[in-house]
Amino acid sequence: MSDNDNPPTPAGVSGSEPKAIVLAHGNVAQALVAAVDLITGRGDRFSPLSNQDLGAAEIDALLRERVAALGARVIFTDLPAGSCNFAACRLLKDRPELIVVTGVNLPALLSSRRATRRPMPTRSPPRWSAAAVRCAC
Amino acid sequence: MPIDLYRIDDRLIHGQVIVGWGQPMDLGFVVLVDDEVAGSEWERELYRMGVPPDVALYFASVDDAVAQLDAWRADARRGILITGDIDTMRRLTERAPAIREVNVGGIHHRPGRTERLRYLFLSVEEEQALRAMEARGVTIIIRDVPSARALRLGDLAGAAKTA
Repeated sequence: MSDNDNPPTPAGVSGSEPKAIVLAHGNVAQALVAAVDLITGRGDRFSPLSNQDLGAAEIDALLRERVAALGARVIFTDLPAGSCNFAACRLLKDRPELIVVTGVNLPALLSSRRATRRPMPTRSPPRWSAAAVRCAC
Repeated sequence: MPIDLYRIDDRLIHGQVIVGWGQPMDLGFVVLVDDEVAGSEWERELYRMGVPPDVALYFASVDDAVAQLDAWRADARRGILITGDIDTMRRLTERAPAIREVNVGGIHHRPGRTERLRYLFLSVEEEQALRAMEARGVTIIIRDVPSARALRLGDLAGAAKTA
């Protein structure tokens, strides 16, 4: 098919909280998750995906499959006007419970409670939700 | 010519279009010619909310695009017109002879297509449609981003998997 090197779908999800997906251009997602792991040791809470060499329909299908496999509830994307973000927001049509956060960067992932072992107060919004990111939906 | 680029790209609006092409040309508007998107409020809203607020976005069927093309070409802003497939651009250029050059961007893998470049997979019918457009006098330029070398259809035979 292509030389897209998205990692295979894990057979199962460890831990009590579903992984968040990071979907971005090139190797951005893999690099960001690797950096989260270096800093916090919790890179395993994120599943990196790339849109490399994929058309829009293939990105949609890849994301849909991975969200279902992981039970993911949060998707981080990079460019607001990018194919990754449009794919994530398109998925909201069938899965309105999902949360899409665009403009992903390292501080945003590190501020997500998935990146730390520190529990967040109940009902308090994640700090990254107030960051200067733009959700397209 | 205020529409600087007539592009075929199966991702429609995405990073290469808005950032790669759009930023250097100070993009003012995008015309998305796609019958399915034009007929879906959900899809239109999706793209509206994704593009930068200073870039206007117009949706059109092929019929709409033929009717509106002169107005867009007279627009003082600089624009990009996109179709998501070769057939839509073929139909548009047949009815809009003012379009003299078409840019071929990403057309990705799908059953029945053969890899011609890293970002370009074509079926026999799609390649024939591109050649037919060129035979009608439309220049076909194959280039995913502005910094890439501009290729022509004649370059494809020996160019598979090299770009």
